[in-house]
Amino acid sequence: MIIEGHALCLGPDIDTDVIIAGRYLRTRDRSEWARHAFEDLDPTLSSRLEGTVILAGKNFGCGSSREQAAIALKEAGVRGVIAPSFARIFYRNAINVGLPVIECECTCTDGEMVRADPAAGKVAIGDRSYLTRPLSPRMREILSAGGLVSYWRGRR
Amino acid sequence: MSTLSEQILGAPAGDYVDCPVDRSYVHDGTGVLTLEAWRAMQAGVLARPDRCYVLFDHIVPANNSVTAGLQQDLRMFAREHGLNFTDVGEGICHQLMGEGIALPGEIIVGADSHTCTLGAFGAFATGVGATDMAAIWAEGGTWFRVPETIAIRLHGALALPAEAKDLALTYVARLTMDGATYRALEFVGDGAATLSIDSRMTLSNLAVETGAKAGLFYADGATCRYLEGYGHHARPQQPGECCYERELHIDMSAVVPVVAVPPRVDTIRPVEEMEGLPLDQVFVGTCTNGRYEDLQRFSAMVKGKRVKVRTLIAPASRNVLARATGSGVLSDLVRSGCTILPPGCGPCLGAHQGVLGEGEVCLSTANRNFRNRMGVGGEIYLGSVSTAAASALAGALASPGAVR
Repeated sequence: MIIEGHALCLGPDIDTDVIIAGRYLRTRDRSEWARHAFEDLDPTLSSRLEGTVILAGKNFGCGSSREQAAIALKEAGVRGVIAPSFARIFYRNAINVGLPVIECECTCTDGEMVRADPAAGKVAIGDRSYLTRPLSPRMREILSAGGLVSYWRGRR
Repeated sequence: MSTLSEQILGAPAGDYVDCPVDRSYVHDGTGVLTLEAWRAMQAGVLARPDRCYVLFDHIVPANNSVTAGLQQDLRMFAREHGLNFTDVGEGICHQLMGEGIALPGEIIVGADSHTCTLGAFGAFATGVGATDMAAIWAEGGTWFRVPETIAIRLHGALALPAEAKDLALTYVARLTMDGATYRALEFVGDGAATLSIDSRMTLSNLAVETGAKAGLFYADGATCRYLEGYGHHARPQQPGECCYERELHIDMSAVVPVVAVPPRVDTIRPVEEMEGLPLDQVFVGTCTNGRYEDLQRFSAMVKGKRVKVRTLIAPASRNVLARATGSGVLSDLVRSGCTILPPGCGPCLGAHQGVLGEGEVCLSTANRNFRNRMGVGGEIYLGSVSTAAASALAGALASPGAVR
């Protein structure tokens, strides 16, 4: 699986309340979460997420276990998230809903072209390239199945 | 020898393991998405419904018809499929699991980040998201990467007016918000034995605020006596010589009342330096500090006086509320001007029952002070129950030393 998109740079310790606020959780309408993604950080951001790869600082997705955070980004058209480290529940959630995540410390300029291979642990941003820890074999399988639901159904 | 996490998961740090889950639970928030994922999996039956719990606590009672409809769907599902179910008003999932259900040595997974609270009983307890939980419903187990462990070595004993919450915020500040990411914490040392079960739950509860996967105490005599009250005959767990990734030493007698300054839980300041900060609301409760010990401490300080600011109190469970009713604690709280909320999470996550307005400042005994969490434009300072009581009486942030 290769992910491609334009870089969107964010800072460290982006918490799940910032990704999708608690006041928007009680619905089954996934587009609602996409529409309000990052609202408390920058209300204009959700409309600019389509086709981006988020390059964030450390500890992305810290806080609550709400899977709506990972779903919101996927629904908004984010191709993947790259950060030096992730909060572990968000990391598992992202893989489980089919949102690629890569642990990598890299410099970011908004709009640069990002091309990454999570399974191989390769990241290219503009003319810079990085090698990082590849996903575990099981996570790779879940991600290429499109998430845990289809992975699970495929195994039966 | 191995760490407690390694003992329970049965493999050394760094290994990936597949383990049966002894108990799993969801609440009314994460349960809805879990049910959706489970239906999409078309698994048909739950592997071990008697080991699964559905505990309503996040928005209880329902705040509008959409929430009510989602809750009714989950409620019907739990009844039809034979999951253990507690409805509106019974209490917070972590508290209820801690009232004689979670046992030492168990693997417990909850669809909530604060599942780590149950590490207080010597269980390996960790949070996951909804889809992971749906797979646990279907299979009865899940995979883990066995975590490396950071030891929090506690020395001595707390000196009044400092309490477990101040100790918890102190260790979080020293580790920082991601200092234990992917790791487990173990609370060890002579100081650990001095802490009550309620206090241990407060310490374990904040483990996830450092990024940790779990926060464990070894079950000891106090744990066994507590569980004895629920009819369990648990045995103490023996810490061995083990290989910690690092150790953090804390002299408990040097811990002072602190608050975490918004919007970060790892930015603490002594309450003494912050005195006089005007408050709009004081909130006492949550899986961090809504237990009987907390309500009792608060009422002892406000009894016979009058709070000067909107003060909301949410007992962590019906049992806590019943005990407070029987002992007179509840009536002291009501007479001093506090508003009592139903057992549950209350306003902690900003959904209902005390949402903050623009520019309002709240002192809360909860565990998160993220931007806008309790309401857009509101600010949250996190502190201890004693600090909350002193501040409620003053109408502004106040040091508990002066009131006691």
